[in-house]
Amino acid sequence: MALEKITKISGKGVYVAGQDVDTDRIIPARYMKVVTFDGLGEFLFKDVRFDQNGNKTDHILNDPRYADASIMIVDSNFGCGSSREHAPQAIRRAGFNAIIGESFAEIFFGNSTTLGMPCIEASKEQIKEIAAAVSANPDTQIDIDVANDTVTVNGKTHKVSLKKTAKDALVNGMWDPIAELLEHDADISKTAKALPYI
Amino acid sequence: MGKNLFEKVWDEHSVATLSNGQTQVFIGTHLIHEVTSPQAFGMLRDLNLKVRHPERTFATVDHIVPTHSRVEPFEDKLADAMIKELRNSTQEFGIKMFDLYSGEQGIVHMVGPEQGITQPATTIACGDSHTATHGAFGAIAFGIGTSQVRDVLATQTMALSKLKVRRINVDGELQPGVYAKDVILHIIRVLGVNGGLGYAYEYGGSVFDRMNMEERMTVCNMSIEGGARCGYVNPDETTYKYLKGRPYSPKATDWDAAVARWKASASDKDCHYDDVVNIKAEDIEPTVTWGINPGQAIFVSESVPTVESSSEKEKENVALALKHMKLEPGSAIKGTKIDVAFFGSCTNGRLSDFEEAARYLKGKKVAAGVKAIAVPGSQLVGKACEEKGIDKIFEAAGFEWRAAGCSMCLAMNPDKLVGDQLCASTSNRNFIGRQGSPTGRTILMSPVMVVAAAITGQVSDAREVFGNVGHGAIAA
Ligand code: SF4
Repeated sequence: MALEKITKISGKGVYVAGQDVDTDRIIPARYMKVVTFDGLGEFLFKDVRFDQNGNKTDHILNDPRYADASIMIVDSNFGCGSSREHAPQAIRRAGFNAIIGESFAEIFFGNSTTLGMPCIEASKEQIKEIAAAVSANPDTQIDIDVANDTVTVNGKTHKVSLKKTAKDALVNGMWDPIAELLEHDADISKTAKALPYI
Repeated sequence: MGKNLFEKVWDEHSVATLSNGQTQVFIGTHLIHEVTSPQAFGMLRDLNLKVRHPERTFATVDHIVPTHSRVEPFEDKLADAMIKELRNSTQEFGIKMFDLYSGEQGIVHMVGPEQGITQPATTIACGDSHTATHGAFGAIAFGIGTSQVRDVLATQTMALSKLKVRRINVDGELQPGVYAKDVILHIIRVLGVNGGLGYAYEYGGSVFDRMNMEERMTVCNMSIEGGARCGYVNPDETTYKYLKGRPYSPKATDWDAAVARWKASASDKDCHYDDVVNIKAEDIEPTVTWGINPGQAIFVSESVPTVESSSEKEKENVALALKHMKLEPGSAIKGTKIDVAFFGSCTNGRLSDFEEAARYLKGKKVAAGVKAIAVPGSQLVGKACEEKGIDKIFEAAGFEWRAAGCSMCLAMNPDKLVGDQLCASTSNRNFIGRQGSPTGRTILMSPVMVVAAAITGQVSDAREVFGNVGHGAIAA
């Protein structure tokens, strides 16, 4: 089962500001009652995007100028809180292919990588600069070179970072472990056979 | 040098080394429930894959089942759909389900042990972070995400990084009124909510040797609150005695072979640990949380911290916690008025929890204005309580007696806090919003302490309310 090799990602960006944005904010727990992840995108940041009467707030993701953004720019400790995979799923299914942030919570980072959605780490200053660029012009193109740890915006290339294990997995098309797990069919049977309780 | 139990089980279940350096680990037992698993079956169908070991997979419903009514279809259409989806998928793939009408349904971490599915020297995975509970039997048990549920369904394996092992010894005699819940709250307080990152916790020492299986489960359950991915106790005679004769336990001649294997799986005397922590049982007092994570805990005799008295690193969190909890900095936690008492969850919703609490609740009344609910963790626990008249003791005191489920532990069903209600809870998480209201407040404590709070209407020291309270770890 070959997966796409994720080496370069390009698209428009949107800056979702805030420190310690937790998974409950990304997707409130009550929207976890779903039988498939397919429609989760519409619940992304639901409680801050809509007021109690269901009317749209002035949240950046409601701004039509960012409707086709595919790269999310965030601040530090993004995705903290529960381990729910619904959070990165909601972001992915809302059309995002990558997140650039100052730092990410560990489980969120892992869950995102498994969806083929890299969480790229940049410095505070770099985030500020990239955020300013997309805020000034929503059509600004962002080019991420996953293999070489760079983000290019308005002709300027920023050196950023991505954990090696995640990078290797993405550029080699191994970001979803199921492919490799399935390959070891014979070894699985061997291990099972040696276990007296199976 | 010998090996510890984690290393033995890990080696025995290792299938291969993956290209990213992780290990492909065989999962002996896979437990699933209605919230995190239906989506995984969808992924299987998308990829046209089968369940590799349906006979090693077991399902139940717990998180979103209503506890006040069992009439289907449920009012909550989404909950109803998720339960039906799990039924369909388990039927399609030939998986055993302990369904609502089976008499054996319950919180997934209760059902495994009750049925004898949870066994020593096995690997267990479940799409729920409190899977660590099963470590009480000397199993290595991991909470996993939905994609990993899919991996385990399809291959009966998953990709894992090997953990370090920290041995935590609790030796000596627990004081009267100090229970397993206090032991784990104290451990988390000492080591911190992130102290266990990268570790499996091996609990041992004379206090654990004397604990019954239910007490060991209470401790292992909250390993995750201490940041450890899993926690376990080495199997011993107490373990074997608990498992003997349960529906899925090894039978007849297989039994002796299984016990021999389980014995051999325990950590060797001369094994290596990456870290060792020693705690004196006598130092532990009845413990309660005051803040918004389980590490923000104090003895019931102590006062809530102030921002000034907290370390630099903690200041921001302490300020946020004090504000959310609406507690006066520096004030005694004792005497804090409560609105709700919740008795249940996979931490403390077992028979021994209800039995111990009922001893003190008998003949008493819940304070006026306090809403008190008691939710057995499983249908079998509910039935056992009803046979012993424990339900009547709770009801006579003013508790609502409910049907089995997770209930107000995470409030994905209709049991929720309202507004800024303060809840004395036997559960395991006091995160903001955890019990269903964004401004709701939770104080975690032992079952006997929750009953004391329910009766007095405030956070109380059970030893003062009831006089001489039981003596914590008692052998089964
Ligand atoms: S009782 Fe609470 S902690 Fe336990 S499985 Fe249910 S929701 Fe999770």
